[in-house]
Amino acid sequence: MNFEFLGDNFMSLTVTGLTQGAIYALVALGYTLVYGVLRLINFAHSEVFMIGTFVTTIVWAGLGFGVGASAPGTFGVLGLIALAIVAAGAASGGTALIVERVAYRPLRKRNAPSLIFLISAIGASVALFELVGAITDRQPRGMPSLVQPKVQFTIFGADITNLQIGIILSALAMLAGLDIFINRTRLGRGVRAVAQNPDVAALMGVNKDRVIMLIFVLGGMMAGAASVLYDIKVGLTTYSVGFLIGIKAFTAAVLGGIGNLRGALLGGLLLGVVENYGAGVFGNEWMDVVAFVMLVVVLLFRPTGLLGESLGRARA
Amino acid sequence: MLLELDNVTVAYGRIEALHGISLTVGEGEIVALIGANGAGKSTTMRAISGLRPVGKGKIRFDGDDITKMRADLRVVRGVSQSPEGRGIFPGMTVRENLEMGAYTRKLRSEIDEDLQRAFDLFPRLKERERQAGGTLSGGEQQMLAVGRALMSRPKLLLLDEPSMGLAPMLIQQIFDIIVEINQQGTTVLLVEQNAQQALSRAHRAYVLETGRIVKEGTGTDLLTDPAVKDAYLGVA
Repeated sequence: MNFEFLGDNFMSLTVTGLTQGAIYALVALGYTLVYGVLRLINFAHSEVFMIGTFVTTIVWAGLGFGVGASAPGTFGVLGLIALAIVAAGAASGGTALIVERVAYRPLRKRNAPSLIFLISAIGASVALFELVGAITDRQPRGMPSLVQPKVQFTIFGADITNLQIGIILSALAMLAGLDIFINRTRLGRGVRAVAQNPDVAALMGVNKDRVIMLIFVLGGMMAGAASVLYDIKVGLTTYSVGFLIGIKAFTAAVLGGIGNLRGALLGGLLLGVVENYGAGVFGNEWMDVVAFVMLVVVLLFRPTGLLGESLGRARA
Repeated sequence: MLLELDNVTVAYGRIEALHGISLTVGEGEIVALIGANGAGKSTTMRAISGLRPVGKGKIRFDGDDITKMRADLRVVRGVSQSPEGRGIFPGMTVRENLEMGAYTRKLRSEIDEDLQRAFDLFPRLKERERQAGGTLSGGEQQMLAVGRALMSRPKLLLLDEPSMGLAPMLIQQIFDIIVEINQQGTTVLLVEQNAQQALSRAHRAYVLETGRIVKEGTGTDLLTDPAVKDAYLGVA
């Protein structure tokens, strides 16, 4: 154990952890939205994220920015990122919508028990995973390093790079946007109504199917945005990339209180930071152990997660 | 006729709860549906509002067959229900609950007008405007449920047990308000266990027993009907 290392690099480990956690949080939103409304764990969500990472590289390569290409100027890079967020958001959102249509809606119309949904979710996940695996020959796909990490400023001895700031800020902006949408708009109120009481929501004139499509698309778009940030940060993707990120994001959602949007943010950031501390103290190979031990400990004391309320109960 | 049920059956799984109900509600009426627990009153309401699929028979509303129409579209057509158990959204404020009632409407100025009307009918709700729906008392929740159902400007207001769990004073008050709403031009179909109040306020009424309509008549007729008196009014 190396507590000295943790002490010496506390700030820098925190910022690295927050960066990773911001990506977890964005992916966690998809789990939490779907769970909040349908009480369903959408295991295929990790693959929705994975699709986004590939679409990002395809879009960039299509524009002449394949592996090894040198980055254009600042505005060019920002343009490429914005374009990728739109494209990956659309692709991931679309994938989520297809999963809903094919894997869940037919079961819902037949009032299937929840265990059946779970099996269908795992099936959809494996199908997407293997499909992309087959298409890509199970080879990883690289991309150009568009953003060269540059130290912008230093807090308490930690160097903060433009990349870290960019990732954390864009994740926070998207989370804030979603939070406002759910809590302040008419459509968002419809989502909360279905989460709290689907029958009464129908009596108010809310089209439940449309709300369900909406939450899948929103969750998928957030995962798509996360996938772009992931690509920029890691510079490499593969068909199995969703697995660990998916589990971590799901953990983050449960940690914060599944069904709760702000809980997803809190859970994601906390998970990213704590696992990074764990890696600092025990070594990198212990990172995931620390992450899941923390989940178990938190659930022992707060079985409903840290913020513990469902999307339905989350107040404006 | 504004609403017409023609031989409607509803089943839960293999068990039929309604064995062919026929009833009508004319424009401007208050019609009551009375009966014991489990007679099928709430099931009838759920069939009309579209929460429960109809087996056989037809439901017509305002000239159209709505038997197979989705519940949310019936709201747009002008059917609004205050459900059994009130169905308040616990995590939304009183105001948000009322706004939910106007979900299908677009015109902000009209919605604000109706919010004002709801607050005029139930001043208590104005006091509690920013409070979460789940923290209201039973009586307040009932007011909220009725106020919310009015927010869609319905042609037909369905009230499922509006007096349930209320103190006698409040029961009087809520029925006064139902009559007032009706006089302002909304047709009302209400389900009640409190037969005394329901029959004395309704123009017409139906008596439901184990999924069948066994009697119908004007409110006053049924109030004096010996069988009804015996079974539902608790008069010796």
